[in-house]
Amino acid sequence: MDQKELHELEYKCIQECAPWCIARCPAHVDVRAMNAAVAKGDLDLAAGVFLKKVPFPHIISHVCDHPCENVCRRADVDDALSIRALEKVVMQQASSSEVKITRLRSKNKRAAIVGGGLSGLTAAVELAKKGFDILILESSDRLGGSLWEYSEEELPRSLLNQDLELIKKVPVELRFKAALGSDVSLAELESDFDAVYIGIGPGIQLPAEIELDNEGRPIVDPVTFQTSRQGVFAGGSILTGAGDRSPIGSISGGRRAAVSMDRYMQGVSLAASRENEGAYETRLYSSVGEIEPQGRILPAEGSTDYSAEEARREAERCLQCQCLECVKVCEYLQHYKGYPRKYVRQVYNNLSIVAGQRHGNLMINSCSLCGLCQEVCPEDLHMGEVCKAARYTMMDQNRMPPSAHEFALRDMEFSNSDLVTLARHEPGMTSSTYLFFPGCQLSASSPENVGRTYTYLREKLRGGVGLMLRCCGAPADWSGRGQLFSQTLADFEAQWHALGSPTLVLACSTCLGVFSDRFSREKVVSLWEIFDRHGLPQGVDSGQVATVSVHDPCTTRHEPKIHDSVRSLLRKIGFEIRELELTREKTECCSFGGLMRFANPDLAEKVIQRRIDAAPETLLAYCAVCRDHYASHGKPTWHLLDLIFGTATGDAAVYRGPYFSQRRENRARLKAKLLREVWGEESPDYKGYRDMKLHIEDHVLQLMETRMILVEDLQKVIAWAEETGNRLVHKETGRFLAHHRPASVTYWVEYTPADDGYTIHNAYSHRMELVEEIKR
Amino acid sequence: MSHQVDVKEAEHWLCSSCDVPLESRTVEVAYMGSKYPVNLPRCPKCGIVFVPEDLALGKMSEIEKILEDK
Repeated sequence: MDQKELHELEYKCIQECAPWCIARCPAHVDVRAMNAAVAKGDLDLAAGVFLKKVPFPHIISHVCDHPCENVCRRADVDDALSIRALEKVVMQQASSSEVKITRLRSKNKRAAIVGGGLSGLTAAVELAKKGFDILILESSDRLGGSLWEYSEEELPRSLLNQDLELIKKVPVELRFKAALGSDVSLAELESDFDAVYIGIGPGIQLPAEIELDNEGRPIVDPVTFQTSRQGVFAGGSILTGAGDRSPIGSISGGRRAAVSMDRYMQGVSLAASRENEGAYETRLYSSVGEIEPQGRILPAEGSTDYSAEEARREAERCLQCQCLECVKVCEYLQHYKGYPRKYVRQVYNNLSIVAGQRHGNLMINSCSLCGLCQEVCPEDLHMGEVCKAARYTMMDQNRMPPSAHEFALRDMEFSNSDLVTLARHEPGMTSSTYLFFPGCQLSASSPENVGRTYTYLREKLRGGVGLMLRCCGAPADWSGRGQLFSQTLADFEAQWHALGSPTLVLACSTCLGVFSDRFSREKVVSLWEIFDRHGLPQGVDSGQVATVSVHDPCTTRHEPKIHDSVRSLLRKIGFEIRELELTREKTECCSFGGLMRFANPDLAEKVIQRRIDAAPETLLAYCAVCRDHYASHGKPTWHLLDLIFGTATGDAAVYRGPYFSQRRENRARLKAKLLREVWGEESPDYKGYRDMKLHIEDHVLQLMETRMILVEDLQKVIAWAEETGNRLVHKETGRFLAHHRPASVTYWVEYTPADDGYTIHNAYSHRMELVEEIKR
Repeated sequence: MSHQVDVKEAEHWLCSSCDVPLESRTVEVAYMGSKYPVNLPRCPKCGIVFVPEDLALGKMSEIEKILEDK
């Protein structure tokens, strides 16, 4: 990821975009933060937020034309928030409504402000704060301009005067009864001052030097407010006309012109980096969700203003608009307490560190890569793609933590070893129109169903149905092992081509995704589509009538035909379907995707539980891994094949599925069994890594599962200990404790010899190597 | 890793081959190209080391993760 890509990704995440009220307010008052403070009852905090952007707070809180209210999203539910009324109560009841002004060191430059109305006064205050010397020329005998046209009820004179007094807090020279043109010429101002601002009201004759449009308004640059004359700027109601007078617009205009004048006097670019000044369209998305309409809170009878309590209740109606669409649906994105804009920066930083701790490694390796974030993102941002690309980079940089994926990759290596792999035409055939590819996880989880399915396919499909047992290589891709992934695919491809490149019939949607990406979607067909097209196996009556919730594997996200086929099959079997809220293209990952469960087992637990909590009915899965994940956490979950073949009886839905070691054994046994039963070949049954009988209690098996220790690891340790005598013995129990490091992990096994083998009491491991020379 | 590891558990174990109790000795542990000296229970005769379960799954695992992220 380079800086450009980072910025593109950051731009896509709109979480930090302003809500509508703030974007539409030309002065960008942080209405959301102010409302939050009022809702908390903290009016002082609210006043601080308001005063940050509003130099004349009493005026604005009384007569603001509140464009914010016109775009308030709460109007989609009931009524827009009464934002100006809230500002008013904040200014009335906060312990201090004082505007604090600090002035920078004098810059020894002078600016003339023509017109003592709201825009001119704002420009004067802003420039004075920056250290410029200011002269205000006002044609009447008082400041405030058209503000005096408001009635006493609309804008009490005492408060108007209080705000106008603010100008005395900065060193400003005031000259009254001084009109531009008659009392002082533009040429004089231009020669005596370094910059000039014209903030007079509409309908007043402007000097001839300034170009006007056909409605008599000065032509200004829309970004800088500079007129046709260099160094002469204009703003306020002279630009909008009397009809569209906007007090908050005048404040914004005065401030924006002041920014330009500051830059002009300092000799820097007027136009650079001035995005989103004034009112603009926000890119934010915020779903309103399910909110009970209640209507606007009104001040008590006989009052025009809110009490603090009424204000609190009104502010509580604020939706606090923000996006977080992806975070709402993803346990992983919630877990790290941020949102993609922050995460992509963390990923970038993590990849850029030259020396020091890479705190983002676990975050990068914990994503399931499932793509739900992209599905719900209004801007299509896919955190999974960011994380996967980062893993590839980490591998290139030789910075991938070995513990994250090694166990899963060992499993893949086993699945693609000679013990497991098989590639054959149908018995008696010399070519194949189809090739059944059950995938490594179905073979591991339910080898019987692989056999049944292969029989079914040979009965239903013409032209020869070959069989291939192996792993598609997805774990290599997920873990950033590009070379391994390419090699695995190449090995598959060679075997597939040797069989004549038949159409692949896939039980696993991960394999389907891998092969579709590599070859073409034309060359693959989902097993579920075949079942739906060719009908249920004859004579099968599941005997079950129940309601299930379908859990679509995350890798079917963009496979609506598979979703349809599965539902059609369920109806044919006689099941009712109650859809989960997150289903089909919005389905969740079971935590296996992206190898999350290996890299971050604690987070995986939460991901699994979240899905279970959202599913009141029995789940129906059609991915072996998904099924085993939910069932092993106590959630009754059928596999679709069990329903299709009528084997979904008794405790099939709650059977936890095999442990890692058993999964391996199942794959190897499946090959031997099919060779015997389908091809009639001699093939000895798989006996495991070595012929050593181990008695392992269930609680130890469970420990081994969470600690990712295989039976063969124990066998290696015991064989080594028994051979060398290198072991400890417990004084009281007589149990042995041995350790051995067959590859990159040191395993410890506590055991007792038994008549026919060994009894295992405990097993644990560490990756650190003991530099140990044992003398014998 | 702290140089002293509390391994009371070690008192329960003997070296099976040498039939002697374990004694705390300095052992080097290595990971991700770094080596550290640690005091661990060890057979004074043959040198076989004892790493208790708590240590392997606790402190050792923590340090492994830190070294992996370096």
